[in-house]
Amino acid sequence: MYAQLVETGQSEGTEQELEFQAKIDRGVRIEANDWMPEGYRKTLIRQIGQHAHSEIVGQLPEGNWITRAPSLQRKAILLAKVQDEAGHGLYLYCAAETLGISRDEMTAQLLSGKAKYSSIFNYPTLTWADMGAVGWLVDGAAIMNQVPLQRCSYGPYSRAMIRICKEESFHQRQGFDIMRQLCQGTDDQKAMAQDALNRWWWPSLMMFGPSDKDSVHSEQSMKWGIKQNTNDELRQKFVDQTVPQAEWLGLTVPDPELKWNEEKGGYDFGEPDWSEFFEVIKGNGPCNRDRLEARNKAWDDGEWFRDGLTAHAEKQQQHNIAAE
Amino acid sequence: MSKEWPLWEIFIRGQHGLSHRHVGSLHAPDAEMALKNARDVYTRRNEGVSIWVVESNKITAFDPDAAEHNFAAPKSKVYRHPTFFDIPEDVGAM
Ligand SMILES: [Fe+2]
Ligand SMILES: [Fe+2]
Ligand SMILES: [Fe+2]
Repeated sequence: MYAQLVETGQSEGTEQELEFQAKIDRGVRIEANDWMPEGYRKTLIRQIGQHAHSEIVGQLPEGNWITRAPSLQRKAILLAKVQDEAGHGLYLYCAAETLGISRDEMTAQLLSGKAKYSSIFNYPTLTWADMGAVGWLVDGAAIMNQVPLQRCSYGPYSRAMIRICKEESFHQRQGFDIMRQLCQGTDDQKAMAQDALNRWWWPSLMMFGPSDKDSVHSEQSMKWGIKQNTNDELRQKFVDQTVPQAEWLGLTVPDPELKWNEEKGGYDFGEPDWSEFFEVIKGNGPCNRDRLEARNKAWDDGEWFRDGLTAHAEKQQQHNIAAE
Repeated sequence: MSKEWPLWEIFIRGQHGLSHRHVGSLHAPDAEMALKNARDVYTRRNEGVSIWVVESNKITAFDPDAAEHNFAAPKSKVYRHPTFFDIPEDVGAM
């Protein structure tokens, strides 16, 4: 999802670890100063870090349309949404910092390309309708994944997720609202909405990560209460929720295999192109290079400003000491 | 004449999983004493599983008289609330 393919260590079964596991099984939250296995700590740093990076990089595809939004109101709304994502990145970086990594270290990992972020943000936003599709589908998929994370065993992460989930609902709704307006507009506008759905549908399904049978790290993460549902479970839930919404809009989901299955009470659907997913994760998606360049440029261009603020703070401090 | 002890602000985590919340303050000569006093004063009925103490003068706050000005901006940004968007009921959960 926002954290895909997170590697986990393995538990070694010492007494301390058994006690730790028992705590998790009882549903007791782990806090920053509690003892925890190294694998648990490292898994969380990777997962929360990836999640934070995704929020930050996730601003780029939508930021692309702020200056070209079709009305002042749409512009203000999109700006507010992108601002929220910056905040989400911040909550998550701080949650990860409680585990003993610094924000600058995490930033360096993102900028060097060492750290991953969600595959979804490596796709381009070609038309205004993409702002609708991203809010509706991408934020929709993110919510599907984040709601159970509110019960994650690690306290600071779970509390960050509670705050984030509260803010996300506006994101999905504003996206759906854009889609709805386009679908109720001219034929050309509706065609734009359909085109956006066509391009974003499969990448959105890939957000949940590879199929359970290929998901090597899931089991340990579930045992540790870092993950509550399997990738396939969440993907199924997302499809079941989203297909009727597409029908309501009068749009066609681009999957010839999509079919209601009465027996299981959910849809059957086709397999995403996993070779595309792994290529994007490896850095070969349509926008990977652009995204990293943009983040590096933002970091480099901001250096004089960060330095200026630090110099000002130091000056103030000296001033205060002199006044005492 | 003995020195007056500084004031400490006390934050308590009521239950595992929750954030620490401000519950009040007390005087103590140092952080360790503040923690012990806080435990004895504020958790006599099992009100907490964790305590933080912060020296009051280390806390920076906005001028309360400027509150109206400081917190005015979001008032006009009603679209930050999900209820701003009217989603028909038959669309389902969103
Ligand atoms: Fe997001
Ligand atoms: Fe977000
Ligand atoms: Fe969002």
